[in-house]
Amino acid sequence: MKYMSEYRDPVLAKQFLEEIKTTVTQPWSIMEVCGGQTHSLVKNGIIEMLPDEVTMIHGPGCPVCVTPLNLIDKAVYLATEKGVILCSFGDMLRVPGSQKSLLEAKAEGADVRVLYSPLEAVKIAEDNPDKEVVFFAVGFETTAPANALSVVHAHIRGVKNYSILASHVLVPPAIKAVIDDEESKIDGFLAAGHVCTIMGNAEYHPISEKFEVPIVVTGFEPLDVLQGILMVLRQLEQKKAEVENQYARIVREEGNPDAQKVIHEVFEVKNQMWRGIGEIPESGYAVREEFAAFDAAKKFSVNIAEAPEHPDCISGQIMKGIKKPFECAQFGKTCKPTNPLGAPMVSSEGACAAYYHFSGMVEQA
Amino acid sequence: MSEEGKLRMQLQCPMPKLDFEVITLGHGSGGVLTNKLLDSGVFDLLSNDILDERHDGATLDVKGKMAFSTDSFLVSPIFFPGGDIGELAVNGTVNDLAMCGAIPQHLSLSFIIEEGLPMKDFWEILVSIKFACEKAGVKVVTGDTKVVEKGKGDKIFINTSGIGELHPKATISAKRIQNGDQIILSGNMASHGMAIMSVREGLEFDSEIESDTTNLNHTINGLIDEFGDAIHCLTDPTRGGVATVLKEIAQTENLGIELSQAKIPIDNQVASACELLGLDPLYVANEGLFVAFVDEDKAEAVLSALRGDQNGTNAAIIGSVVEDHSKQVIMESAIGGKRVISMLPGEQLPRIC
Repeated sequence: MKYMSEYRDPVLAKQFLEEIKTTVTQPWSIMEVCGGQTHSLVKNGIIEMLPDEVTMIHGPGCPVCVTPLNLIDKAVYLATEKGVILCSFGDMLRVPGSQKSLLEAKAEGADVRVLYSPLEAVKIAEDNPDKEVVFFAVGFETTAPANALSVVHAHIRGVKNYSILASHVLVPPAIKAVIDDEESKIDGFLAAGHVCTIMGNAEYHPISEKFEVPIVVTGFEPLDVLQGILMVLRQLEQKKAEVENQYARIVREEGNPDAQKVIHEVFEVKNQMWRGIGEIPESGYAVREEFAAFDAAKKFSVNIAEAPEHPDCISGQIMKGIKKPFECAQFGKTCKPTNPLGAPMVSSEGACAAYYHFSGMVEQA
Repeated sequence: MSEEGKLRMQLQCPMPKLDFEVITLGHGSGGVLTNKLLDSGVFDLLSNDILDERHDGATLDVKGKMAFSTDSFLVSPIFFPGGDIGELAVNGTVNDLAMCGAIPQHLSLSFIIEEGLPMKDFWEILVSIKFACEKAGVKVVTGDTKVVEKGKGDKIFINTSGIGELHPKATISAKRIQNGDQIILSGNMASHGMAIMSVREGLEFDSEIESDTTNLNHTINGLIDEFGDAIHCLTDPTRGGVATVLKEIAQTENLGIELSQAKIPIDNQVASACELLGLDPLYVANEGLFVAFVDEDKAEAVLSALRGDQNGTNAAIIGSVVEDHSKQVIMESAIGGKRVISMLPGEQLPRIC
């Protein structure tokens, strides 16, 4: 696989690991913000290969996991009670709402469809003029341009039966929230490469300066992650705190201006609830008033009460890096991917689910 | 089967002129319409001495130890790159029998058809079944056709059951797997699942990926002829993929299994498609692949014999059975790290980004 296998080279991986070992002189905690990186760390067995001094802490970067419970309930309600065609990315389907998941709603007869592109949902709306079509627009900055573009497309083509249920979360405010938390003790960050592909690196400089933490924009292949870790460690050992770009083959300093333009055309920044963490100021996107006709939350005036999270779930502490998944008493016992108690166990990229699947921490029945 | 091969089959067996174009509830009623449907060519297409008796069931001459297996097929879409549900239904049961070390001989064939299925689609499926049977050397000896109301099925469901005599030299059993056994995968993984995914509504992507559906009985037969009891166990990694069958075996037989990711064969396009959709190919379905647990002294010889067979050109030794970590499958990643392979909690779903 060209442009992929090159970043899985075992010889180079060994060299990076050697360099990491010779660089480290004291314990450091590094948070990988993105779930894709957590997945890569665990799937490739990197955590066990790192020297004991390096502790990886798995951040809140799984958009599926942090989507508020309430919003899943809304999506389920639209699909079951309002008879809409509810379109979604695949991994949102299994996430349990307070009553049921979209997968269960589908089993009960709701029209729930898995798509890979929101533009496909606009096409479904055009093909089904007598039905309302709602796209469950979740994700970080990475998926925001395509979701915004679907609204622009629907607007231009006069598709009136299309809307999005938006729950976008933004990375830089989450990093700030994690650093601000008194209990968290993170020395450096791997920032999410694909988010920066869209947004560029500008937002990270003030964070790095203000909080004096190294931030390395990092990719997702094993060599990317290893190199990102090495770059953070070098900064830490040299008492530096800068923004560096490991993922330069994809990420430009300014990001993708066209994608940013369409995001800002459709969305505006708002305070956002993060499942398991709580509200983080200015950390999400809402559909702008001009496009209110395409905002499912307004179009259907769904009033669903906030449901409480499971009392035994410590997902907030997990996602801020205060506790590791296996330090939770419920992990692998009452809480499993088949019956997740909270956010990080629901998607395969959530920290708890990644540990459950790949690290053999639990003897599975 | 290639598009060209399919066309050739259709030309060899043109659909007869009929006074109906779609299958309706009446075609499953057991009355005149049912007979009309069956007489339209179903019996002719699948004709053999036993089926031609048209009795309530088949009377078979069997001796010795037999293997018996059944499977139901409900793939959507029913026609997909590299095959269709008919071919799949024959190969599926043929392969299950082959995995038991049996020589598949007789099949039963049952259809549950959703009313409204175009007769030309049904005909195309029947023709596929005919040629798949001929290729595998099996006969359809009994069958059934039911029709359900629109909305109560999904175009067509097929069940096949099959029996076959055990190969005299076969001693296939999971109980025979032992420490040191080498694990051979017969070809590139994940092709079938990704071929289906590439044409599934909402997820379509352009690719040349084709299902690997094929009958494996002749290949297996050849291996058992040559290597006999050196082949300890065989299994086909269909639903749930290679990871799931290996984990099942490790768990039920209290064995430790070690895999090497770098050695597991996969086609480049399939690997790329999996990356794109965020799917792990280890869990993606296969329909023309088998996993063999082979005596370590004979493993290289089995591998080289298999590579000389058209169903094994990409075969590879992907791992071995070890004394450590009983019940666990542990895979060395491409970069040398270790990870545990577990079963998935449900269907694998494409990831968000």
